[in-house]
Amino acid sequence: MDWRQLWDICSAPDNVPIVGLIPLLIFYIYLAWKQAKANDELIGELETNPAMAKTHHRKSWPFRPGWQKEIHVWPFLLRVEFLAAMIVTIILMVWSITLNAPLEEPANPNLTMNPAKAPWYFLGLQEMLVYFDPWIAGVVMPTLIIVGLMAIPYIDTNPLGSGYYTWKQRKFSIGTFLFGFIVLWIAMIIIGTFIRGPGWQWFWPGQTWDHNRLIYEVNRDLPDLFGITSNLGKAIFGGIVVGGFYAIGGFIMHALFRRYNPKDYKRMSLLQYSIMMFFVLSMVALPAKMLLRLAWHIKYVWITPWFNV
Amino acid sequence: MPEENGNGNNGKRVGLLERVKAGVKEDVQSLKTDMPVKAKEQIEGLKDPTKTQVYTSIFRHKHDDTPRNRALGVLSNVFLHLHPAKINRDAVRYSYTWGMGGITFYLFIVLTLTGVMLMFYYHPSKVQAFRDVLYLEHDVPFGKLLRNMHRWAAHLMVIAVWLHMFRVFLTGSYKKPREFNWNIGVLLLVFTLLLSFTGYLLPDDQLGFWAVTVGTNMARATPMLGHEGPFGAMLHMTPYNDVRFGLLGGSIVDANALLRSYIWHCIGIPIVASVLMIVHFWRVRKDGGISGPAPVMLAAEVREPKK
Repeated sequence: MDWRQLWDICSAPDNVPIVGLIPLLIFYIYLAWKQAKANDELIGELETNPAMAKTHHRKSWPFRPGWQKEIHVWPFLLRVEFLAAMIVTIILMVWSITLNAPLEEPANPNLTMNPAKAPWYFLGLQEMLVYFDPWIAGVVMPTLIIVGLMAIPYIDTNPLGSGYYTWKQRKFSIGTFLFGFIVLWIAMIIIGTFIRGPGWQWFWPGQTWDHNRLIYEVNRDLPDLFGITSNLGKAIFGGIVVGGFYAIGGFIMHALFRRYNPKDYKRMSLLQYSIMMFFVLSMVALPAKMLLRLAWHIKYVWITPWFNV
Repeated sequence: MPEENGNGNNGKRVGLLERVKAGVKEDVQSLKTDMPVKAKEQIEGLKDPTKTQVYTSIFRHKHDDTPRNRALGVLSNVFLHLHPAKINRDAVRYSYTWGMGGITFYLFIVLTLTGVMLMFYYHPSKVQAFRDVLYLEHDVPFGKLLRNMHRWAAHLMVIAVWLHMFRVFLTGSYKKPREFNWNIGVLLLVFTLLLSFTGYLLPDDQLGFWAVTVGTNMARATPMLGHEGPFGAMLHMTPYNDVRFGLLGGSIVDANALLRSYIWHCIGIPIVASVLMIVHFWRVRKDGGISGPAPVMLAAEVREPKK
């Protein structure tokens, strides 16, 4: 166990934010979960007791008749804002006094940094470069993430859970978002920050970075495994596999979704439904391709003269 | 002058002198009697500065702790009037709001202030950029603190933006009628990352140079618009006319790239982001203020729209 190496990675000034983000995320997930649990219990209680549902103020926080429903922004909100600004200023001051911003040697195109890492918030995308060609990892995927995020309010037709934490009423949407944000985005960043070393090779935390390490990895393409050699055959075969993933995956998703989310299924229009299917399947395609690569050393699934997937 | 003196008008002259003397005497007397009275009044007035003309010209209402004045304190202030006068008693609960949107905005202000100060010491040219950073770190009073604050506030802002999005998602706050504002928020998230990324190159050191090289190399592979991307060659893309060339102002990360990222970082993106922020805050109010904490809704109460 090379503690020194681990410390070097964690204490690199530009990695400190991601080290700090992990406990912050855990704290805020706990905070959200606690409130979701309280709200879900209240919802369960109100559902079984219609008389109570008619009179209850419907929040997990206490409320008694006679209490003011509304309070003045001045001072009750402004003091919170002021306090938040003060605390952030103090944190920022202490951080800036104790830790210096990194400054390396002057830019030198003739001396490549190894590993050459993007800022930590882009390391998820850089990690994707292992599994996909740059046009997917660097251009298509970021575009899909942005468009997908923007599509969320228009494809989530569930009217429940607006303005309060809940799990029971929005299992699918919250589950999907946690998968995308925590499992894909944050976990990829953690891999890119803490695991990837020189040559973008896999070094477990505490393993010494060996700049001379060579890995003999023979990557194969999926058509090769099936003995397809002609270019036309590869293009057609890959198209069938990728199309098949979306078709079969879409069918399985459909079977599950209409069973477990019948109300959302009934509400959604064809356009909403197909957009949701496309984004969910594309999201699943990411770990699927990673699995193909890590378990079976498969580089490309679909090979054409113009692009490879 | 001697002529006049010889005209025998001395009596008149003496009369004038008398009158001046009397007048001055009166003036002195008034200073003695009136000034202490005025001074007393002045000191009395100082006991309540809120009644002075200067005060009332600045603050448009009284400061007494009445409900009306509490409301006016927010409504008649240009900086505070984005807030409503009153909000739901639970809407100030930190466990619900997490305060990340406000913290993001606060960090944007901190970054603008420190950024403007850094601009005084920085030239976006290959000859000077790196030296300017060294100068900032070693010679400019508090230069190192200034640069550190700008750097870490930027990282904090990225974290705060992500957590803000996370909270908004978990509370379902993007649902009707806030769909459009969620979209503005997604754009602001993208611009926050772009702001941070364009700033990365500016110290002109190895870290920024290679991060931006790696980042912009991906633009080579843009489908149709990059010379190494799918269908790029078919559309006659070369390293000298593709989208990467447009980003860098050249085929390599060099002086033009430094200038371009400087201008995007200091002028272009902040202006666009500021406009989007104005829309974002405006829509928060117009869409009914903060989404919650709202009373829970039961599945049985959902009214299905007619098909």
